[in-house]
Amino acid sequence: MTLETSDRAHVTETLDEFRARARAWIESNLERSDSSAYVGVLRPEASDEEELALVQRERDIQRAMFDAGFAGICFPREYGGQELPRAYQRVFDEELAGYEYPSRLQVPTFVPCAAVLLEFGTEEQKRRHIPAILKGEELWMQMLSEPSGGSDVAAAVTTAVRDGDDWILNGSKIWTTGAWWSDWALCLTRTNWDVPKNRGLTVFMVPLKQPSVEVHRIEMLSGSREFCQEFLTDVRVPDGDRLGEVDDGWTVGTRWMFHERMYRNSPYATIPAGTSRGASRMPELFAVARDAGRLDDPLARDLLGEARMLELVKQSLEQRVSTGVATRTMSDQAASIARLMSGVVESRLVTIGYEFTDANGAAWDEADGAVAQRGVDHLMRQVWCIAGGTTEMARNAISERVLGMPRERSHDPNIPFRDVPRSRPAT
Amino acid sequence: MLLDPSPDQEFFRETTARFLAEKVPPDEVRRLRDDPNGFAPDYWRAGAELGWTGLLVDEDLGGGSLSGLGLVDLTLTAHEFGRRAAPGPLCPTNVVAEMLGRYGHDHRETLSSLVAGRATAAWCVDEPRTGSRTAAAPVDIRIDGDEVVVNGTKRPVEAGGTADVLLVTGRTGQGATNALVPRQAGGVTVTPLRSIDVTRRYAAIDFDEVRLPLTSLVGEAGGGADDATRARRTAIVVSCAESVGALQAVFDLTVAWAFDRYSFGRPLASYQELKHRFADMKTSLEGSHAIADRAAGAVATASSDADELVCAAKAYIGQYGSELVQDCIQIHGGIGVTYEHDLHLYARRAAANRSGFGTPAEHRARLADIVELREAS
Ligand SMILES: Cc1cc2nc3c(=O)[nH]c(=O)nc-3n(C[C@H](O)[C@H](O)[C@H](O)COP(=O)(O)OP(=O)(O)OC[C@H]3O[C@@H](n4cnc5c(N)ncnc54)[C@H](O)[C@@H]3O)c2cc1C
Repeated sequence: MTLETSDRAHVTETLDEFRARARAWIESNLERSDSSAYVGVLRPEASDEEELALVQRERDIQRAMFDAGFAGICFPREYGGQELPRAYQRVFDEELAGYEYPSRLQVPTFVPCAAVLLEFGTEEQKRRHIPAILKGEELWMQMLSEPSGGSDVAAAVTTAVRDGDDWILNGSKIWTTGAWWSDWALCLTRTNWDVPKNRGLTVFMVPLKQPSVEVHRIEMLSGSREFCQEFLTDVRVPDGDRLGEVDDGWTVGTRWMFHERMYRNSPYATIPAGTSRGASRMPELFAVARDAGRLDDPLARDLLGEARMLELVKQSLEQRVSTGVATRTMSDQAASIARLMSGVVESRLVTIGYEFTDANGAAWDEADGAVAQRGVDHLMRQVWCIAGGTTEMARNAISERVLGMPRERSHDPNIPFRDVPRSRPAT
Repeated sequence: MLLDPSPDQEFFRETTARFLAEKVPPDEVRRLRDDPNGFAPDYWRAGAELGWTGLLVDEDLGGGSLSGLGLVDLTLTAHEFGRRAAPGPLCPTNVVAEMLGRYGHDHRETLSSLVAGRATAAWCVDEPRTGSRTAAAPVDIRIDGDEVVVNGTKRPVEAGGTADVLLVTGRTGQGATNALVPRQAGGVTVTPLRSIDVTRRYAAIDFDEVRLPLTSLVGEAGGGADDATRARRTAIVVSCAESVGALQAVFDLTVAWAFDRYSFGRPLASYQELKHRFADMKTSLEGSHAIADRAAGAVATASSDADELVCAAKAYIGQYGSELVQDCIQIHGGIGVTYEHDLHLYARRAAANRSGFGTPAEHRARLADIVELREAS
């Protein structure tokens, strides 16, 4: 299956009619987005109570979108979607520019989780979860990374052991963004220690709100506490909640990571287009330059131009790769090219913002306007090169899988995973 | 280059690719360094027959495109030109043909000789910067009764020394004027310049009371600013497509080298440090393809974001292309800085294109202006 939706599309409206309906609905149901919200890098924006209220608001918006026929525009009809061609999702995204939208639900709930469910779920699993996701009733998280190492995803040691019709999960997952307000997770586990690492993994769907899953919050450099670590202690999962075959979790996992890399151009995500929040950092960067009094400074203008240049190239490359992958003129591995570009560009954009602030970026007052907190953003800029797999891993994938260069030597080929050397535990 | 060209476009590209591979292989390109013209007339005529010169001209004027978007089709030729560092005034001739085509019936004869490849053109647009060591009088075009009088200096002018006709963009009072000047006209002095590009011939051109009939005007006197702006966009799109072709050639050569060259008993391609640099290069190369194609499409369809995309393409390909080339030379080691190795033939093309029609820094500044204007409105 490719990222293009099927030919079975149920087109009853022209694109123009759809656009007009979308515009009318958006105008009368959604608030204009606050241009000062969601600036910077993972800034703590609100108290926990406020954050939960925002999550609830996004669930409500998702529900309203569902009722109006705008949820899951490219999802199959039998699971509550609209099954329309991708162009309809693009039109919706264009109309959404400048409005609030359920941002917390896109990644990872729709992409990669729902995309993976669509690809590997049984009929029953899809009927149970996809409509609930489309209605905003289920928020999903991805439990891939572990304290013993994230890049080597297939070296997961969180264990699932069969017990009759159930599985018992034990271990710990980490760096899970937003797990504390979420409902479900895809969880990569080890089910077989006696085969090479990639052949002994299995994926499960795990409800997060249960006593045997303990969710801890972790503070980031910015003060944000979105990061979580989960401790799984004898978590009982029915076999019916297994996604994909036993010990074949790597097949699911590779597609899972593919969808994650493609999220910006996925037909399954709803992300406002254009220069609104989420799509462009230019309004934000102009605001910093203005508040720092540097709008007329040629050095600052050069950097503003660089920022826009990089943004446009990143966008164009994402389009190129997604078209290439959809039309099979590029392999799925090309997704790593877009991933690398986005990591490098995003972190550069943050650096440019910090450049405008002079010394005031390091010591500020909340009254400083857009200048405030740029120093913290600067410290945080690396998240774009780490989250979703590091840029080093993307570089490995590009050189080895796209350019066909020799693989890095690994010390775990063809030996049972239990005999593979592992990280020393953190002290 | 276009990710999914139509079969027609692919056939067209492939024909040019084969023609260039046969006519101007690297040894021939090297030999052309000592050729005063840089290309042979019959080579150019054959290229015109393949369709290099008529894509931006309407069918009723002897041109025609494959896809309906002639500029997009032209990027396929330009890409192959870059890939092979091919000689010939592709960009200037097309820019001039496009502008003449807009006034087709006024300049039919010149246009048909350009499209047929019997003649070539240069666009005289850049002037030495005021206050620089090369500063000279800017080009002034005045109307004197039933004559057009051209005065001033243009430089550098690509193909200035070999072109049959010069399209001069100069000033008339507050406005811009475009005029066609035969290179052989009295009062035209062409001074050849040295160039980093082996096959290109740049020149400084002085116009000293060059008198021409009024019919030499292209469009209205003083009303040529729009035409000049459009010509600049076309030129940038073509030069970006060429540069991307050149970068692709440099990259392909270097990837092959990384597999062939061994050090410490293993190929260069097996060292993670180099693999990661290749990944970065591949990413900026694909980014260059993506932005060049998007800019071409936007200009061809006169989309409202065309200016912005053109600036982004020119700035990015200039800046990151130079880095890519330097990395490739570095990875070749000593052989990378020799005339003997082919690498530099393409590097030259990309480097020459980097500076023409606005440097990366100029385009970044322009991007800032464009975004600011839009944000304010
Ligand atoms: C904001 C954010 C949100 C995240 N959200 C989630 C989430 O929701 N769910 C989830 O499961 N995870 C999430 N992650 C985790 C993320 O996927 C991992 O941090 C990432 O995969 C790297 O793993 P690690 O942190 O264990 O680093 P390690 O794997 O320990 O790597 C350490 C360093 O070594 C480098 N390295 C490792 N192996 C190689 C190699 N073979 N070649 C070259 N360099 C190498 C890495 O690039 C890195 O620089 C999130 C991370 C961030 C920053």
